[in-house]
Amino acid sequence: MQTALQFGPILVHLDLLLRGLEKTIQLAVMSILFGTAIGVLGAVGRSFGPRFLSWPIACYVELIRNTPLLIQLYFVFFSLPLFGFKLSSNTAAIVALSIHLGAYATEILRAGIEAIPGEQIEAAKSLGLGRYRIIRHVVLVPAARAVYPSLSAQFILQIMGTSIVGAIAAEELTAVANNLVMQTFRSFEVYIIIAIIYFVLVQAASLLFAGIGKLMFRWKA
Amino acid sequence: MSLRDFGPNELMFLLLATRWTILLALVAFAGGGLIGLVVAAIRVAPTRPLRWLAAGYIQFFMGTPILIQLFMAYYGASFLGYRPDPWVAAAVTFSLNGGAFFGEIFRGAIEAIPRGQWEAATALGFRFVRTLRLVIIPQAIRLMLPPTVGFMVQIVKTTSIASLIGLTELARAATQVNTVTFQPVMVFGTVSLIYFALCWPLSLYAGYLERRFATGMTRKVEKPLVMSAV
Repeated sequence: MQTALQFGPILVHLDLLLRGLEKTIQLAVMSILFGTAIGVLGAVGRSFGPRFLSWPIACYVELIRNTPLLIQLYFVFFSLPLFGFKLSSNTAAIVALSIHLGAYATEILRAGIEAIPGEQIEAAKSLGLGRYRIIRHVVLVPAARAVYPSLSAQFILQIMGTSIVGAIAAEELTAVANNLVMQTFRSFEVYIIIAIIYFVLVQAASLLFAGIGKLMFRWKA
Repeated sequence: MSLRDFGPNELMFLLLATRWTILLALVAFAGGGLIGLVVAAIRVAPTRPLRWLAAGYIQFFMGTPILIQLFMAYYGASFLGYRPDPWVAAAVTFSLNGGAFFGEIFRGAIEAIPRGQWEAATALGFRFVRTLRLVIIPQAIRLMLPPTVGFMVQIVKTTSIASLIGLTELARAATQVNTVTFQPVMVFGTVSLIYFALCWPLSLYAGYLERRFATGMTRKVEKPLVMSAV
């Protein structure tokens, strides 16, 4: 048994930890942006698009939601180069994370869209609004407001999900941790520090999402 | 250049590794369910410091990535002087992590039962544990069931990260087969289908339960947590 926890040898590598944190935030932000975009397209495509689109979108959602992110990550990282896409591990990570979040976002947004009463759309039609404006103002914005709490919970999970992309050697916080373990041989202490960093990051992100929600949806539904 | 092609032997290897995935998921489900029940009971208990303790537990396990928790359990064992064993570390981590999520699911269901039920039980002279066991939980079970089955899907998927501390379950078997065959589309496609075959029936069942129990509720239940951590 080792005598005591020693954090000193790890904290001298603060610059590495901070760079890892920066990469983690980068991965999270990029994949949240792309994933949400996929989600909006998927949800709108399923609810308003042509019928032949709805089946493939449903398959995508079910397939992604019922398989592990780690396998999706491996699939993207190892398969795409065979088709001529040479990806860095960080790009592969963003692709896999975005596809993953996209499925959840599609499902969450679709639930919001389906909760919009049909009369609202009828009313908008009778006011003479066009299809695009109805989808945008009468459906999407109220739906987004209704599902914003679920969506931001999913974003938080996405931030924590980025931790596994170290498995394909993308250089985020967990990968930095694994390197530090090899350098310092203080594995337990390293992961305690990493856990604290993630915890603070997640709490900060929760506050941020709550703030954004208040700004974006100021009026009551 | 590949050493071997993806054939029946490789498929068999993957299918055999699947039993460890299933076993780990069952252990995590049983352990997490038991811990979750205790945590949920403590979360609604009359003693405030106990409630805070349970809240802190949930905060930690829901607020940090499960992979880091897994590494902490694995390397923490060696810090305490034990030889780290991936099976023990994975079983402990998944149970504790599942306990936090189940705790929240169960608490949501317990809190959806009208206050009057507690008061009636108190009037009958029931104390806390007895009220919970005989009055509240039997009614809350139908609320707990759909998200519980839904969370089982989550558990099956999450077991894949046990491969990262060296446990040879389905995900690790997949990377091993990929290394010798170098046919990632075949290998990870097949593995995706195996995971899908495990998870989809559970998802469908959870959806069915949700629709079935959606009607006739006394109070609206908080929407079950949507979870996709890994």
